[in-house]
Amino acid sequence: MDRGTSRREFLKAAGGAAAGLGLGSVIAVTPAPATPVEMQEAIRKVVGGAPVTPGKVKLDLPPLIENGNAVPLTVTIDSPMTEAEHVRAVHVFTEKNPQPYVVTFRLGPRAGRAKMTTRVRLADSQNVAAICELSDGSFWSDSAGIVVTLAACLEDGI
Amino acid sequence: MASALINVPERAKRGEIIEIKTLISHTMETGFRRTQLGALIPRDIIRRFVCTYNGTEVFRAELHPAISANPFIVFSTVATESGTLAFHWTGDNGFSVTESAAIIVD
Repeated sequence: MDRGTSRREFLKAAGGAAAGLGLGSVIAVTPAPATPVEMQEAIRKVVGGAPVTPGKVKLDLPPLIENGNAVPLTVTIDSPMTEAEHVRAVHVFTEKNPQPYVVTFRLGPRAGRAKMTTRVRLADSQNVAAICELSDGSFWSDSAGIVVTLAACLEDGI
Repeated sequence: MASALINVPERAKRGEIIEIKTLISHTMETGFRRTQLGALIPRDIIRRFVCTYNGTEVFRAELHPAISANPFIVFSTVATESGTLAFHWTGDNGFSVTESAAIIVD
């Protein structure tokens, strides 16, 4: 079984574990996780140059989850959802999954209420960010930290 | 055979905000996992979910590998008129499933 883990990679990961990241990062050598920097880049791609202000958005995640394969995630936005003022889109990003993208919801005044729920995979204990785009073109954000005891993506396939 | 579960209220008052829950069976293979022999398992996910209300799009989601297996999506819409809510999932390897639910608006 060749998982492509060299001694150097192993030591690097072990160093990360010593820094307090826990056992998970030792096993999770492949695939390389996205970094907070990649998440910021992904966010920048979505918002363009527009400023992102914290507020209006509420990202609900359990503070601690045993199984990272199915983490309930709810985003609620404080918006009247009228033709004049509504939420256009909601983007969710993670720091340490293999890819920073999680999901994009697109809605409009027909939604009535800006609240959506789904279940996501999280590869590690990390911060998750939700960015919402309002009809006036402004961007608002919220983030939540979560501790994952059993990470997704670790188990082997068939 | 993919199967989808949809929860839409049968009746609603005009202007009422109704909550819609959808669940579809799909492995959502991330494309990052390997077999025990080290071969990468190719990605196989649902990329898009669209909900239309009497033909008008009211909600859409773009999914990535970070969505759990058997994607579960909850959202809401305003009950405007009696008719059909259609749900359409599309994804890798030509995956395409359409389901619909009728709603009576008083």
